[in-house]
Amino acid sequence: MDKFEKLTAIVAPLDRSNVDTDAIIPKQFLKSIKRTGFGPNAFDEWRYLDHGEPGMDNSTRPLNPDFVLNQERYQGANILLARENFGCGSSREHAPWALLDYGFRVIIAPSFADIFFNNCFKNGILPIVLDEKKVAQLFNEVEESEGYKLTVDLEAQTITTPSGEKFAFDVDPFRKHCLINGLDDIGLTLQHVDDIKAYEARRKNEAPWLFN
Amino acid sequence: MAGKTLYDKLWDAHLVRREEGGTALLYIDRHLVHEVTSPQAFEGLRLAGRKPWRTDSVVATPDHNVPTTGQSGGIEGISDPIARIQVSTLDSNVKEFGLTYFPMNDIRQGIVHVVGPEEGATLPGMTVVCGDSHTSTHGAFGALAHGIGTSEVEHVLATQCLVQKKMKNMRVTVQGHVGPGVTAKDIVLAIIGKIGTAGGTGHAVEFAGEAIRDLSVEGRMTVCNMAIEAGARAGMVAVDEKTIDYFKDKPLAPKGEMWDKAVNAWRDLTSDDDAMFDKEVVLDAACIEPQVTWGTSPEMVVGISEQVPDPEGEQDKVKAEGMRRALHYMGLDAGMAISDIPVDVVFIGSCTNSRIEDLREAAAVAKGRKVASTVKQALVVPGSGLVKRQAEEEGLDTIFIEAGFEWREPGCSMCLAMNADRLEPGERCASTSNRNFEGRQGNGGRTHLVSPAMAAAAAVKGHFTDVRELN
Ligand code: SF4
Repeated sequence: MDKFEKLTAIVAPLDRSNVDTDAIIPKQFLKSIKRTGFGPNAFDEWRYLDHGEPGMDNSTRPLNPDFVLNQERYQGANILLARENFGCGSSREHAPWALLDYGFRVIIAPSFADIFFNNCFKNGILPIVLDEKKVAQLFNEVEESEGYKLTVDLEAQTITTPSGEKFAFDVDPFRKHCLINGLDDIGLTLQHVDDIKAYEARRKNEAPWLFN
Repeated sequence: MAGKTLYDKLWDAHLVRREEGGTALLYIDRHLVHEVTSPQAFEGLRLAGRKPWRTDSVVATPDHNVPTTGQSGGIEGISDPIARIQVSTLDSNVKEFGLTYFPMNDIRQGIVHVVGPEEGATLPGMTVVCGDSHTSTHGAFGALAHGIGTSEVEHVLATQCLVQKKMKNMRVTVQGHVGPGVTAKDIVLAIIGKIGTAGGTGHAVEFAGEAIRDLSVEGRMTVCNMAIEAGARAGMVAVDEKTIDYFKDKPLAPKGEMWDKAVNAWRDLTSDDDAMFDKEVVLDAACIEPQVTWGTSPEMVVGISEQVPDPEGEQDKVKAEGMRRALHYMGLDAGMAISDIPVDVVFIGSCTNSRIEDLREAAAVAKGRKVASTVKQALVVPGSGLVKRQAEEEGLDTIFIEAGFEWREPGCSMCLAMNADRLEPGERCASTSNRNFEGRQGNGGRTHLVSPAMAAAAAVKGHFTDVRELN
């Protein structure tokens, strides 16, 4: 997993609530057995005018000019601004894979669906919960000024706007630690092999039917 | 000190280690695996040179991609080459790592959330995970069950543990009794309508109250299945005698002395009387009528006697815009009576409603009637090979076929349309599945979520209809 410390980048506003994982990456792309290559199909049904299937040459497909991420001013955005309950729906990790592959390292929203939120951290994406008013303010500012950039500092847990205004955000200390150091969860857990084995030994005694 | 909730008890019993900052290592008893969210996890294991920690904790079956006709052709018979690769990748992974597996053409194969309980692979008191958000289903019998992403699938394979933060406790109590014709599906849709799709976010939800106790274990599975549609990763129902009876004689359930021991422990899987919940919601069962969703989110739901709501009446601007967009996508006008909405396709199946009781409910409505001539396709897809066989023994297949339904082979099918079963753009479907998102059942398809009985009623009438008036 790539480390995440600090990022200053263009912000793309996706002004819809309840953006679900089917919208982020439609199911026909879940048939891949890889983790990469989902970026060109992120938001496929909104982004293109035709129907996408795996194996198509996405560079020749007709883009939907009305879809916000297709606008010239948001090209190269690495921060996604979203509305409430972002990432609801399925547990598919293909959703964060697609967003990451597209280029997003930070997603800011008033609320996220739990599984998606968790999946983001596992892939080096920082999901930030900010209250509804602040998110609304950011939507206004992004739409008003082209080239709008935010600076996200994970160590300091702040978002800084172009005018210098700072918003603090919360992040779980363990997840922060993993993200800043690019740590792999499995390696960390395997440092506690003895604890796991001790638990199993105790549990086999208490509830042996669980080990048949 | 206040007593413990069911969730507290399950959490404490599986706690391996607490970390600073509130995260913990939680031990996982059962890991269900299917073909879509596992290939990258197995690949990760291989790349790191790791092995599954406990192969006996894993049960795998293909479900999302399998066709619902011609399954006897096996993997080779899957016509979509990419889907075929995914199913055969699962096949080779389970063989390589030596996991329990119900492959295509095994009578036990089916939707992973139907197969798990049916085999007794998921039991009360277990922690159950699967790379699938509807894992919440297994909470119906006092288990802690939730969906995980693929990185976590790999993590559980490698360590038998999950890094977790404890969720908050929420209780949804459905007081009193539902009227005739109102099912588990209607109860859970009404709950989602009340609390919203983010109402349970960050919480483990216990469903309680007389109306939940009245439900069969299968009905409780339907309710817990859709906990995730209310934002809750885990839904659960306390253990009672029905739960215990349900697991008697299940193939993987404990036997003999071990059974008695297990039952003893299971009886404690309830919330203490003085347990505290962070959030409580109460519904009156008597007010719930058969439900139909009208929009593109499960919270966009009303009773069958109601009308499609009007965004003009919504104060919240973002919400009103969402409603407008949904109405546009669904091709509906505000104010239209729900019972005037015609349907093109009917789908009875999915991990929400494809168990034997669901099929019985639908068959009771279909019996002696005919699918309306305006309905292009009406599919019945049993949740597993065993459900299919049971239904055939009871003659349900004949009832469906005589009424003009197609009787298919088990799998996820048109719930998410990864196989050949899908809606065409603009087609409108009465579906017993759990998600009505844009494009969920096929690009441009329009989904209305209903109970099996309501789906069958829509099939025979050609439009939504109050199933209580049919009888
Ligand atoms: S039936 Fe639908 S919701 Fe259930 S596991 Fe399959 S695809 Fe997911």
